Amino acid sequence: MQNEMIANVSALLADGKVDRVLGWKRGELGWDVSPAVFHTPRELQQEFVYDRYCGANLSKYLVAECRKGGRLAIFLKPCDRPAFELLVKEHRISREMCHVLEVPCSGSYSYDPEAEEDRLDIRCAACEHADAHPLHKQVEDIEAMTPAERFAFWQGELSRCIRCNACRNACPACTCESCVFDNPASGVAQKAATNSFEENLFHIIRAFHVAGRCVDCGECSRVCPQHIPLHLLNRKLIKELRNAYGEDASLTAFCETDPEPSDVIGGGNRA
Amino acid sequence: MRKLSLVSLPLLFAAIDERMPLYLPVRSDGRVEFTRWMGGQDIAFTGNTDRSAKDFFFPQSEELMRLRREGKRVEVLDTRREAEDFVLFGVRPCDVKSFDILDSVFLAGPVDSYYATRREHGVVVSLACHLPSSTCFCSAFGIDAADPAGDVAAWLAGDTLYLRANTEKGERWLAAYDTLTEPSDENAIADLQQIRDKVSALPLAKLNTAVFGGDKLATFFDLPDWESLSVACLGCGTCTFVCPTCQCYDIVDFYTGHGIQRLRCWDSCMYSDFTKMAHGNPRTTQRERFRQRFMHKLVYYPAEHEGVFGCVGCGRCLRKCPQALHIAKVMRTLGKED
Amino acid sequence: MREEALIPHIGVVTEIRQDTPDVKTFRVVTPEGEKPFTHIPGQCAMLSVPGIGEAMFSITSSPTVAAYLEFSIKKCGCVTDWLHQMEPGQQITIRGPYGNGFPVEGDLLGKDLLFIAGGIGLAPLRSVINYVRANRQRYGSVRIVYGSRSKDDLVDYREILEEWQTDESLEVYLTVDREQPEWDGHVGFVPSYVTELQPDPSQTVLMCGPPVMIKFTLAALKELGFADTRIYTTMELRMKCGVGKCGRCNIGSKYVCKDGPVFTFDQLGELPDEY
Repeated sequence: MQNEMIANVSALLADGKVDRVLGWKRGELGWDVSPAVFHTPRELQQEFVYDRYCGANLSKYLVAECRKGGRLAIFLKPCDRPAFELLVKEHRISREMCHVLEVPCSGSYSYDPEAEEDRLDIRCAACEHADAHPLHKQVEDIEAMTPAERFAFWQGELSRCIRCNACRNACPACTCESCVFDNPASGVAQKAATNSFEENLFHIIRAFHVAGRCVDCGECSRVCPQHIPLHLLNRKLIKELRNAYGEDASLTAFCETDPEPSDVIGGGNRA
Repeated sequence: MRKLSLVSLPLLFAAIDERMPLYLPVRSDGRVEFTRWMGGQDIAFTGNTDRSAKDFFFPQSEELMRLRREGKRVEVLDTRREAEDFVLFGVRPCDVKSFDILDSVFLAGPVDSYYATRREHGVVVSLACHLPSSTCFCSAFGIDAADPAGDVAAWLAGDTLYLRANTEKGERWLAAYDTLTEPSDENAIADLQQIRDKVSALPLAKLNTAVFGGDKLATFFDLPDWESLSVACLGCGTCTFVCPTCQCYDIVDFYTGHGIQRLRCWDSCMYSDFTKMAHGNPRTTQRERFRQRFMHKLVYYPAEHEGVFGCVGCGRCLRKCPQALHIAKVMRTLGKED
Repeated sequence: MREEALIPHIGVVTEIRQDTPDVKTFRVVTPEGEKPFTHIPGQCAMLSVPGIGEAMFSITSSPTVAAYLEFSIKKCGCVTDWLHQMEPGQQITIRGPYGNGFPVEGDLLGKDLLFIAGGIGLAPLRSVINYVRANRQRYGSVRIVYGSRSKDDLVDYREILEEWQTDESLEVYLTVDREQPEWDGHVGFVPSYVTELQPDPSQTVLMCGPPVMIKFTLAALKELGFADTRIYTTMELRMKCGVGKCGRCNIGSKYVCKDGPVFTFDQLGELPDEY
């Protein structure tokens, strides 16, 4: 697989069809794979890797890469594809500049050096493509909780947040030039980690901000250094949006008979 | 040197916690974190904590003072309090070394009183690294995992825990528990060399530090490699937050509803606003910010601190960077010979 | 409790002078009416408006002024906007002094001095100029080249006209970027004016101004034969703590707030180009 991929993009480079390749690069310890840009077949030969540790969704790097000009080849796993399409649809990247190569995925893993074992990435556990679990199973488990249990669950998860920006910065739906949380003039920029803020605001605002646009790629949970299952917030909103608006909940599919956001929509276990 | 049987460890913990709060690494839900001992938890002898021990001396967020402003009047309220005595038990050799680096910043004049009071009141009990991880490389930075610093050093050998005071403060502290421990021969711990062998066999133990140092600005600053090293950097700041030696901070005013709280919180040179001024920004790209962080650890800090590096090889950036852009990759790439 | 540098003192703004359309000069004393602290010309202080923020400003008054500190501040952000809209009698907070300052009691003694300033860049140099004027016999010749966008943008224009230009021991050369009514002085940018004046490279230069002025004036001075070691400048970077810990103003192994803000160009040459 990996050799075939290298051969394919090396040919594209040689033919001048692309001038660089977005892929994954071998690490020092095997499991520490990083996204990377390759410029020559030699670099690809030496450093390119495609294995179970290539969980990173490369699509968002196109936002920066497309601004540099030229033409790129990019590898997309099935769950990366919707992110790519979102970025094209929202004019964040140029479709014409990208040569897409789809690659199969049988689940991505992170290595736990303490336990000395591979862990299936949290988003893969309920991957639509792997049909291991129905999409909303994890959400339904949380909905089945009492409000007090649910609050305790999220408080426990979100209290670990260290207010790094990994989830936001990795998110293909978060492509604002300057985030409201980084802008002191917004009144909500806050680096000082006061617990109430993280637990009640940041992640929930973010989930609402990307509602209807989230492509469920699960990068937020994969990149979280504190292993907070952030994608569950998004999945809950995806579930509600599908209930209310059908499969295509994009704003472009808006019609006058759509329910108002203020309408109470079923789901969840209300006290 | 004192010793006690592991069976008696809970008794020692109870006795410690009775005198002052005891924090030790506890494993829960697959994570290890320094946790207040509540009776019953086991100390995690393997692996290091997810978050570094710096949190105890330099917390992520803390109140510096309170202020009031009403019309033309301003009031400054010094809300500092003397810290309470506490014990950090089971600090790894790398993290103990990180305290030296933090000290060199916060205790250099003018002394940071917030940090200093916690340092004075904290007793650090280190633990030799019997089971280092594959992500550890403390030996590359000259740290002896078999003989850690700290007020008191501890070793685990079989079912016995050995304790040796390294400082006067440690001696006083250890003496308080004489009834729970027994005297022991200095040479009782036979496996020091075993630890050293284990550590030097780790995959990253041979990282070459010799090519770095305070005089290497010109060697590394303009290398084109910074571009490929940083291209995948998300600028999330996780590396700086989990790093035991990163100590940059921000000061922000926060309206509480009853006046103004001036807070200090961790900041990150990885953030675009870190150096942003009203009239410009000297580091506009993530490449420059990424370079700043690693140059600081490997060149700038040693330049001002007699060649000591600003990294202790704890491996947290290896484990935590969402895109695995860690210092070992940077050192291998910059230090490559071709 | 021990001393804590981060805890500021109260300062009272007793006088506010509009210098240019976007620069005001603030006079600050303690609530008891005294000068908050003594300083070396070129040093800075942290001023804050609680709830708005804290920022570093160079002290523009000379240490020889016994009664107060003065700050000339350009309106360009949250804190400065607030400072610009306040009225005399307002309390703020102040802490300092920070940084090394110019070596007025060291390297500069007995030297012929050439001051070159652009716009608000006069603020830190004014402290030195007035210190030198107060200790005139201890320094050699003094020349001042000062330029701004327009006549109205010359900071401390009244003091320049009434005191500096009438002081026979100083030579003052003013310039504005473009021709304008009621201006019969020199017109042109500072770097070209410096070249025109053909200063002797035996002088010691103290320079402060916008980056573009610094860049071209430095080139002009080197063309004239000035050595990097004889050209001082003062830097401005983002600062939060002022005491070399928060990391904001770190360039290479130096912290501008602690090791600077005054550097010679040969010292800057050893730092990465990140300022």
